[in-house]
Amino acid sequence: MIFSCWEYIIVSQGGERVDRTIFHIDINGCYASIECLHHPELRDKPVAVGGDVEARHGIILAKNEVAKRYAVKTGEAIWQARQKCPKLVVLPPHFELYLRFSKLARRIFLDYSDKVEPFGIDEAWVDVTGTAGAAGAERLANEVRQRVKSELGVTVSVGVSFNKVFAKLGSDYKKPDAVTVFSRDNYREKVWPLPASDLLYVGPATTRKLRDYNINTIGDLAQAPVSLLERRLGKWGFVLHAFANGLDSEPVAAFGEDSPVKSVGNSTTTPRDLYNERDASIIFYMLSESVAARLREQGFRATGVQISLRDNTLYTFERQTGLERPTALSSELHAAAMKLIAGNYSWGVPLRSIGLRAIDLVPDSVPDQLSLFEDQGRRERQERLERAVDDIRRRFGHYAIGRAVTTLDDTLRNINPKEDHVIHPVGYFKAV
Amino acid sequence: MEDGINNVKPDPKVYVGVRAEFTPEGRILPRSVIWEDGREYQVDRILDVRRAASLKAGGAGIRYTIRIGAVRTFLFLEEDRWFVERKI
Repeated sequence: MIFSCWEYIIVSQGGERVDRTIFHIDINGCYASIECLHHPELRDKPVAVGGDVEARHGIILAKNEVAKRYAVKTGEAIWQARQKCPKLVVLPPHFELYLRFSKLARRIFLDYSDKVEPFGIDEAWVDVTGTAGAAGAERLANEVRQRVKSELGVTVSVGVSFNKVFAKLGSDYKKPDAVTVFSRDNYREKVWPLPASDLLYVGPATTRKLRDYNINTIGDLAQAPVSLLERRLGKWGFVLHAFANGLDSEPVAAFGEDSPVKSVGNSTTTPRDLYNERDASIIFYMLSESVAARLREQGFRATGVQISLRDNTLYTFERQTGLERPTALSSELHAAAMKLIAGNYSWGVPLRSIGLRAIDLVPDSVPDQLSLFEDQGRRERQERLERAVDDIRRRFGHYAIGRAVTTLDDTLRNINPKEDHVIHPVGYFKAV
Repeated sequence: MEDGINNVKPDPKVYVGVRAEFTPEGRILPRSVIWEDGREYQVDRILDVRRAASLKAGGAGIRYTIRIGAVRTFLFLEEDRWFVERKI
């Protein structure tokens, strides 16, 4: 995937070489827009959708245009948002409703192409090459925008370009309810002045590294020597340089084409801060059970574990380690997570949010190399035991059975990581 | 919702009962609408069917433009419930 970035992807039509035409469509303020549609009385008020305040998931998940004027930001704490906007109406999320709208939007996109690739719940790429030439693309994008507005009552912004990365930049460029075209003719003048941090995969850490070399805009990135970027950022330097030059050749996947699962993870903002390893252990047990159950469900074993920690100053970091043997056992994931936290966190500040991810997955059909020093019979019994727990939970609910350790703290046990996370973040690349 | 003079504003979205015909082709054609108070109104004509949002009532689904007597109105099928926009 990554090394094909240098190719210009040009579709041949009757001997003529034609660029791709790709839309990136973003439902503006998705959750808040859908809530406002269903609450006509709130439409002219500042409205946000926030995580459960009671269980301390108190952050802004989305806001409407009125709230935006008060500088309410996605991801900030509800109390911070209320300081800026005391009249902010915060509604709880209704994920099932959002999923329904997401499906309805996709149904509209599928009228234009079978290459519709969702990116999260509120974004999708649509490859309309062949349906619309470069000239007709803007008109078609406007038609899609209008249809979503009249059929679903929410607005979208559409980015139109010859690759997915620029199309995504386009949908961010002007919103709400707008179409932006980045063509081969105008991208140097329109895309290159944008800050490098607008580009897909340029997060705060990469932005800092780039700034050290006075690379501030996408244009700076595009014109920087690729050898320098590779030296500083590894293979990502190469990829980002290609992105900035419009050389992204990643195809839009056909709808329903599942991307291969690369990792399985869960994270949670805990109902109270975590102060010590015992607290972390309780949460890691719950997360590792959820992750292990999903690994078994999807037929994988992990050969590595990654943890993510966020303290109550919102400083976040990740650590990972390999496992000696591929596993789908919660006890082994838990042990690895605890080893990581013991070696990497000194508890100077309490933790607010922790996550566990099973990485470097292998199919569970891969034969296991038995170890002379481990009791394989015990591992097999453990796996049978965990599958029995999966079965009990499937039949009687998550709380029907649980580890005794989780009863040590009534506040902390009150999460159900497996079912609470309907909407998972997704990766951009389909395969590595 | 209060409107300032202590009158509670009625919900603009009125869920209604509907008697409908399911055609062999898979279309759903509403034949009569049963209002909140139990009164039933014959649908004289279906003028238009399309997917649409109702900004007035708040929702989205399949919108039937129907004629009941001399009145033209919208009737929405949202998933498995029918609603109309209350005239306020």
